[in-house]
Amino acid sequence: MTMEMLVASAIAVLTAAGVYLVLRARTFPVVLGLAFLSYAINLFLFAMGRLVINRPPIYDKAAEGYTDPLPQALVLTAIVIAFGMTAFVVVLALRTFLETGADHVDGREDAETGS
Amino acid sequence: MSAAVPYLLAAAVVMPAVMGAAILLTLRHRLRGSRLASLASCLALTAIAAALVAHASGGTIESYALGDWRAPFGIVLVLDRLSAMMLLLTAVLAFAVMIYAVATGIDRKGWHFHPLFQFQLLGLNGAFLTGDLFNLFVFFEVLLIASYGLLLHAQGAERLKVGVQYVVINLVGSTLFLVGVGLLYGVTGTLNMADLAVRVAAAPAGDQSLIAASALVLMTVFALKAAAAPLHFWLPGAYAATTGAVAALFAIMTKVGAYAIIRTGTLIFGADAGAAAFGVAPWLLPAGIATAFIGFIGLFAARSLRSMAAWSVLGSMGVLLAAVATFRVEAMGPSLYYVLHSTLAGAALFLVVDLIATRRGEQGDALTLAPRFCQAGILSGLFFLAAVGTIGLPPLSGFIGKLLILDGVRAAPAAAWIWATVLVTTLIGVLAFARAGSLIFWKSSTLEGEIPTRALRGRVMGVSAAAGLLACLALLSLLGGPVTAYADAAAAQLFDPGQYIAAVLGDKTGALR
Repeated sequence: MTMEMLVASAIAVLTAAGVYLVLRARTFPVVLGLAFLSYAINLFLFAMGRLVINRPPIYDKAAEGYTDPLPQALVLTAIVIAFGMTAFVVVLALRTFLETGADHVDGREDAETGS
Repeated sequence: MSAAVPYLLAAAVVMPAVMGAAILLTLRHRLRGSRLASLASCLALTAIAAALVAHASGGTIESYALGDWRAPFGIVLVLDRLSAMMLLLTAVLAFAVMIYAVATGIDRKGWHFHPLFQFQLLGLNGAFLTGDLFNLFVFFEVLLIASYGLLLHAQGAERLKVGVQYVVINLVGSTLFLVGVGLLYGVTGTLNMADLAVRVAAAPAGDQSLIAASALVLMTVFALKAAAAPLHFWLPGAYAATTGAVAALFAIMTKVGAYAIIRTGTLIFGADAGAAAFGVAPWLLPAGIATAFIGFIGLFAARSLRSMAAWSVLGSMGVLLAAVATFRVEAMGPSLYYVLHSTLAGAALFLVVDLIATRRGEQGDALTLAPRFCQAGILSGLFFLAAVGTIGLPPLSGFIGKLLILDGVRAAPAAAWIWATVLVTTLIGVLAFARAGSLIFWKSSTLEGEIPTRALRGRVMGVSAAAGLLACLALLSLLGGPVTAYADAAAAQLFDPGQYIAAVLGDKTGALR
């Protein structure tokens, strides 16, 4: 199995898990789903610079070729933003649960109790 | 003067950032100080934006390389007629909203209103000026993060509920944005918009379907921000639940989505883009028409004035998107004029409705009968004018905007659809607003008594802020000639992307690769 195949499948699995969880109606699965989606996107962005091994990203006299440094910078930015946003959503969801007593994303009341 | 322009360009982005941080760090618990700093910042931004519009109206495109890194490698800020116009619109709107927020004391109802407001302006100005696709993503995030805070300002259960929905849907949108950016980078190897335009036009046939796919992914994200149907569900609840001042500022937020569609749709995925050329048009046109109908029909479903204002924002976005979707230069000028109008009209309506709601005691903004309230005379007049502006009746600028759009799309294949949409939705709007106005003001005037108002804030300045925005609509009408000439020139500049590319990449376009 090639590296491309492995990376592509990993992105696919992460995205599928993320989409499934985001479509759940409660805040906790939604937050997890958003985290999964952002992992998938980070991997995807990283792979967009092409998969290269054993090559330096910055100038080196002895280097035969280079790996693209830009996607690494983009991924770093994306990670920082996604991390901050996840923290924000967690606090917001907690606050909403405490004020409204429901953890439904659409703000509905809880029909069944104890689950 | 023109030597200072690149620095003014940077100042439009840097100043709100510095002011926001300064207010946060030094004026944290000093209300008067943060109000003064915030108002001064808005005033200065208006002056900067006016100077930039004066410069851009000459037709030159300025680019400012951040850190002096040359164009395809570094990040550039680019000023053309469209971005200068959007900057001035943002600054004028922000100034009026800030006066309103200070006059009505809404900025006391939570911490950090003023820093968040400045960061919101930073995100908006940056999104309008940047010439780099990934940087556009970053500025989108900045303006969204600030908007999350502003949306939840003054809190309350209803606001938190819609807040969660708003945040989650925008986070999913950001993820999609990165997919689009990543695809485009993977194919072309650049993120600079001008460079992208060159490389997309020169892409080999094998890459074109990937480019077309990334174009549609990006346009989906922008349509989400612009609240185009079927991605509009977040808007009515969020705008109706937040405070009046914030909702008025958010009138510009949907226009950021429209701006991004216009910018990327004409520059990167424009006429030269091969398989991706105007690929969004067949999707955007029905979406725009559906949005217009949903928005104006939603007016009848609304049970409160705030909700009506939110639905009308949606309706005017629909008209705008339908006109933009023709991607014709003679329809783009009127669309840009309509952007100016619909932003100011939507904001004015939110402010007027908020003034009414705060004076009706327990009834608030609900569409119910209530005894006479304080300042009912002047507010009924302002509500009438705001409704006239929102619907697009003469003599305010909405009428001119819609008329020009009807004229501009005449040669488009979908002209009949757009004509029918604009005319029918206008009629629906008239009916809905006539019903609401007669209920709130006329039928209520027969009831006995008067609603007592205690310690009303913003009796003069709050009303003047709303009236000022309505005066801007009258001004747009009076100065119709020069403004439409500017908008048409901006449209012509958009449909000649060569100018933009030459201004950003210079003469070394070919030498670097």
